[in-house]
Amino acid sequence: MIAPTAPDQPDRTPHETRPLVLSLAGVTKRFGNLVANYAIDLDVRAGEIVALLGENGAGKTTLMSILFGHYVADEGTVHIADAAGRLAPLPGGSAEAALDAGIGMVHQHFTLAENLTGFENIVLGTVPLWRLGFGTAAARAKVARLMKESGLEADLDVPVGRLSVGEQQRIEILKALYRDVRVLILDEPTAVLTPQEADSLSATVKTLAGKGLAVIFISHKLHEVLALCERVVVLRGGAKVADRPAAGADRAMLAELMVGREIPARERTPSTLGAPVLRLVGVAVGAPGERDRLETADLELRGGEIIGIAGVSGNGQGSLAALVAGLKAARSGICEIAGYPATRTDPMTRIKAGVGRIPEDRHRDGTIGALSVAENHVLETVGSSENQRHGLLRRTAIRARAAQAIRDYDIRCPGPDAPIRALSGGNMQKVVLARVLERAPRLILAHQPTRGLDIGATTDVHRRLLAARGRGAGILLISEDLDELFALSDRIAVIHAGHLSPAMEVAGLDVRIVGLMMAGHTAEEDA
Amino acid sequence: MWAALEILTQANFWAATIRIATPLIFGVLGALLCERAGVLNLGIEGIFVAGAMSGWLAVYLGLPLWGGVLVAALVGALFGLIHGVLTVPLGLSQHVTGIGVTLLATSVAYFGYRVAFPNVATPPRIEPFSPLDLPMLRDLPFVGPILGQQTAFTVLAFASVAVLALVLACTPLGLAIRAVGDNPEAVEAQGLSVVGLRIGAVMAGSALMALGGAFLTLSAFNAFYFGMINGRGWVCIALTVFASWRPGKALVGALLFGALDAYQLRLQTITGGAVPSQIFLMLPYLFSIAALVLVARRADYPRALMKPYFKGQR
Repeated sequence: MIAPTAPDQPDRTPHETRPLVLSLAGVTKRFGNLVANYAIDLDVRAGEIVALLGENGAGKTTLMSILFGHYVADEGTVHIADAAGRLAPLPGGSAEAALDAGIGMVHQHFTLAENLTGFENIVLGTVPLWRLGFGTAAARAKVARLMKESGLEADLDVPVGRLSVGEQQRIEILKALYRDVRVLILDEPTAVLTPQEADSLSATVKTLAGKGLAVIFISHKLHEVLALCERVVVLRGGAKVADRPAAGADRAMLAELMVGREIPARERTPSTLGAPVLRLVGVAVGAPGERDRLETADLELRGGEIIGIAGVSGNGQGSLAALVAGLKAARSGICEIAGYPATRTDPMTRIKAGVGRIPEDRHRDGTIGALSVAENHVLETVGSSENQRHGLLRRTAIRARAAQAIRDYDIRCPGPDAPIRALSGGNMQKVVLARVLERAPRLILAHQPTRGLDIGATTDVHRRLLAARGRGAGILLISEDLDELFALSDRIAVIHAGHLSPAMEVAGLDVRIVGLMMAGHTAEEDA
Repeated sequence: MWAALEILTQANFWAATIRIATPLIFGVLGALLCERAGVLNLGIEGIFVAGAMSGWLAVYLGLPLWGGVLVAALVGALFGLIHGVLTVPLGLSQHVTGIGVTLLATSVAYFGYRVAFPNVATPPRIEPFSPLDLPMLRDLPFVGPILGQQTAFTVLAFASVAVLALVLACTPLGLAIRAVGDNPEAVEAQGLSVVGLRIGAVMAGSALMALGGAFLTLSAFNAFYFGMINGRGWVCIALTVFASWRPGKALVGALLFGALDAYQLRLQTITGGAVPSQIFLMLPYLFSIAALVLVARRADYPRALMKPYFKGQR
């Protein structure tokens, strides 16, 4: 482990001349016995871009929620500079006070009212409610000026529900800028963006910082953090373990600081290709005009390979996944699974044919919260003779096999009888993995298998998927995370507006081309 | 057959349409205001009863007619406060609470009536709103007789449509109400109070609902009877979906329902008992169901409708 930089010996850099805009001292927050933040000190200066790194549960969100008034700190102080630059204590527990003090936050899940236009979202709450109007002309002029200065372009006059995710995010940032913030907190801002959108966001952030805005950038994409930020603060287990300049840091070192141990490298060995396990010819799913429909897909996935499906979610991935899982039927075209035509909506037959499904939303589709770990573990095979006899569950056998899975997959839980909703996301996903992989499926549908998981759990999922590939399973990996796709896939196909591109060999594939294709350009015009 | 069409030419029919629609206009406006803020208010049926009873009683006890209207609105707002406190900060089930408010408000109204008039067989009468007598409108052909039968209370209903539409579309308050019914986090993040906005909207909406009830006792009839609301509140809940939560469409829906009701009444007299009258009574409700089947599938519900919001929890 690398020794953290002592926070009380800040680096002597020329930036120190810039005025302090935010100062946290000894902030501690407890939820019952859990210490979410412990004695955190953090200084942010005008024009500085500070990265806040940490795994899930490290305390990033809690800390920012204290800043933004969702929580009140149990101990410690938060000081923020007023317009004249004098530091004053920030009253806790009020979003209004935080906004008034000049703190703006762009949440990972946008806080936009989708039935309102972009302009309406921006001015919402900026005018006392008893007023009859907004002073629309002046407000419009101000938004126009902000858009020009920051380079943030968005359509202000359609309901934001109809805008792309990137545009919605630009509205969110404009919303903060409209309130003349001095500190802008961006929570995982690039998680939902294409690489091009992420680049343009980085440029915007740099522009804004150049004008004196202090930016706190929460992310777990280490290469972004290193490219954009000048200082990196790492939280682990609620405490600050590092506070250092980004220059001279590298990804491996930051990852180890976050996790607190060495990250084992993923091993991708060449594997032998088997028979096709999934073949799609001219497949369309979903009625015309339906959201997230699949227009055309041609694909052949063979045993022993991983094909990654890149794309911003909502471009047809949902229909593709539902087709493979047997939850939707193809409107036209041929769909063959393990050599047999799959024409009907029939998830059980798919399961029996050897399709293992890791669903996108493990809370909604992957597990049943009120049922126990053991019950969730046999959810798909409850009818088989090892789980029931004469219609009665074989509880002892089910529990014994769940206990085995808990050991094999290192699932941290009170035991096989614990309700699964009590488990953390990573451990819940391990139960889903155990359920899927135990049946040695020939085709694995992995839809966003690591969404919301921390580095440790993500590494584990990746290792297991690669092991399944080595065993000869074909894996369809649908993900928005390009790092993940490039690390795991043998070939990558891009999905945009319902059209699936041909699968391209990853060796020699440029991430920028995939990014452009995600935005709707074709491979040829950008090659 | 000709007689069935001739009904449409009678000024009397159109006047009845507006009269039947007026309480529904208030009710739908109230329901849509609550729902735009994210709160389903099934207390509407009981709030109608309470508004009808309290407005009428206030006038009977000596207040002027407009005083009765004000009392009804205040009583409605009070029941709205109960519903709002239970469903917004406490986050209780909006269905269960709403039914509870309906039972409570109905019972309180009936109880109050019995306490006030322990030994009365027929309810005492009041002098209701009299028809408007506008010199320039009176002499218009066709339209004159229709408008001549309406009271100032009906004018208030039509004015409410315009005011609510304007407030929702053009003012900071209306914007905040629309936002809080779609995404309360957005409202919270902009420094506004979700609880305050929602309770306020539910109170104002409930006051409108109570005006719908008061119209019946202060304008359409001149006394309070048990069972006089007769499901009008529930119709408003259905019409709210039909209206896609827009005041203008709410007016259209209420008038359409009023027209059907007025039409079936007249159709009954024409057929002269050849068809059971219950068939005709069903017509407006069949229309509501048919309209819901057609509209509700595509309905654009406020996204946060019936979803309790707790601060600091996402």
